[in-house]
Amino acid sequence: MVEDNESTETDFITYEEKNPYIKYFRKDRLPTIFCSGCGIGITINSFLKGFESSGMDFNNLSLVSGIGCSSRIPGYLNCDSLHTSHGRALSFATGLKVGNPDLDVVVFTGDGDAAAIGGNHLIHAARRNINLTVICINNNIYGMTGGQISPTSPEGSLATTAPYGSIDTPFNLIDLVTAAGATFTGRWTTAHPLQLSNSIKNGLLNNGFSFIEVVSQCPTYYGRKNKLKTPVSMIKMFKESSINKRKVGTLSEKELLSKIVIGEFVNKKREEFSNKLENLSHKESGRNTIRKSAYIL
Amino acid sequence: MTKELFIQGNEACARGAIEAGCRFFGGYPITPSTEIAEYLSTTLPEVSGSFIQMEDELSAIGAVIAASWSGVKSMTATSGPGFSLMQENIGFAMMSETPLVVVDVQRGSPSTGQPTMSGQGDMMQARWGSHGDYEPIAISPSSVQEFFDFTVLGFNLAEKYRVPVIILADEVIGHMREKVRLPDNVETFKRIMPKEDPKDFLPFKNVRNGTNPMPAFGDGYNIHVTGLTHNELGYPITINPKVHSNLVRRLVNKILKNRKDIVSCDFKYCDDADIVLISYGSPVRSIMETVKIGRSSGIKLGYLKINTPYPFPEDEVVKIAKNVNDLMVVEMNLGQMFHEIERVASSNAGVHLFSEIGGTLPKPNDILDRILELL
Repeated sequence: MVEDNESTETDFITYEEKNPYIKYFRKDRLPTIFCSGCGIGITINSFLKGFESSGMDFNNLSLVSGIGCSSRIPGYLNCDSLHTSHGRALSFATGLKVGNPDLDVVVFTGDGDAAAIGGNHLIHAARRNINLTVICINNNIYGMTGGQISPTSPEGSLATTAPYGSIDTPFNLIDLVTAAGATFTGRWTTAHPLQLSNSIKNGLLNNGFSFIEVVSQCPTYYGRKNKLKTPVSMIKMFKESSINKRKVGTLSEKELLSKIVIGEFVNKKREEFSNKLENLSHKESGRNTIRKSAYIL
Repeated sequence: MTKELFIQGNEACARGAIEAGCRFFGGYPITPSTEIAEYLSTTLPEVSGSFIQMEDELSAIGAVIAASWSGVKSMTATSGPGFSLMQENIGFAMMSETPLVVVDVQRGSPSTGQPTMSGQGDMMQARWGSHGDYEPIAISPSSVQEFFDFTVLGFNLAEKYRVPVIILADEVIGHMREKVRLPDNVETFKRIMPKEDPKDFLPFKNVRNGTNPMPAFGDGYNIHVTGLTHNELGYPITINPKVHSNLVRRLVNKILKNRKDIVSCDFKYCDDADIVLISYGSPVRSIMETVKIGRSSGIKLGYLKINTPYPFPEDEVVKIAKNVNDLMVVEMNLGQMFHEIERVASSNAGVHLFSEIGGTLPKPNDILDRILELL
């Protein structure tokens, strides 16, 4: 992972020819800091495809992130973006959504940001069922700091802080947020970009807390440490080890340990948090909460 | 027509926040600040605002920062342990120039300390608690009336300079009940929207007075807000020394160069005084009484009441130090603002410390006894 970049003069036409979603980018910030072969590029494209098919307005989109490779995404997209401190993306997103419920708020986060340092905010945002779409790029490792274990690193996997193999038990993020009350959950890998963009669309359209996990490759650190040296070998591994949730019943618990269960798991209705606050404001003051009141009060 | 009420300090603070235009509170219960949250949980929905009880103080300050960027004046209230948890994101608010108010009703410390007793142990935490160079604005009320007035002032300064403002109250002021006068009309500083077209607007421009207008999320400015070192557009540029230096110096100077506009002190009987007592927050009440008793028995005492511990009123302290023999700093810790005062005044006057820890206010007679030792 390169820590940072300076924008240099770039030939934008090349980007536009290569990517139909380039119009959503802050072109003066390209190229990105992401390593070659990183799964974040696939995730951004899947997000923009899902966003377009949702019919939502890009001008009304606000992106929030914490710290880590995936949290750098909002800085590259040309909408309002809030790049916050490590683990706190969901608490900032909660304040932004409540402060102005008209905004469509999407959170980009990673396994370390969402499940380690930010784990408390993850379960509480799910509990509130606040209308946020969380895209968690799970690469099973800390990329930005150079390859340490994360709360989703498989047992036995190697990292710079697990030189003998991880002895921690990994989190199942979908089980975690489901138990906490999320009303839409889905998990795909970067080998499933179409299914992923469809789930992102469904998550965006759910009026509640939506959590989409993207199992993604970090060839630079996870791959190099764990004998999956190329992005292709990692994506191949995702294809071979993923199993649709419908087929899970045929496998034993032990067999499932080495599998990535993919699909949409929860899609249900429950009252949304910012709506409840609006209803309360209506009841007590006779109107919705005042938008942008700092400019008039 | 002003309204007179007999209310608790924490309620006065909450009422001040509403009058100042606060329409978002995110917080976590902690003694002795909780009544602020309780009062606002009732009042905010009545004025079309939002109240959230967050899962901890880390998330409380995060929600408050983002609510401010949504275009709403926002605040939280806490005490020492929660204030410690908020430090990282107070730094984020400094770096991202986010207006907000943090009320710290100080209690006995360190650690969990004395939840229901008073203290002033957070003075240096308010100054240096977050990592890096920054200039905080902190205001200390010494009466229930001032807790109302200074909360309004806190919001106005936060908006004017686009900074987090810390109200450094203490348990005595938070829980005491006094008569307050609530004015009909409170003067507020309304946030300024940029006039430029979004494509021409630099949200973090290196302007002379340091403070830029602030758009809200959703206004079409497509701004990027980050805690990383950023250029005038807001884009992260972390390895260019000049970009970092320009940014941090502007953030520091926008407070230091406007020190005169922000700093506030009150003093009495300093002209002919031999010894001047200096305090802030609730012990101001003790030094006022000490001066009264001292003067009645012929000791020439005066007092300096610091309303804004930060930016530190350096000039005001030096001016008084030049005219007296001794200064005595009275505070409810083992010496925090004392060191600031000693730093600027010791070449002009003797600087002494009267510490009171344990949770109760310093007693005027005890202060007087120490003064008699000096004479």
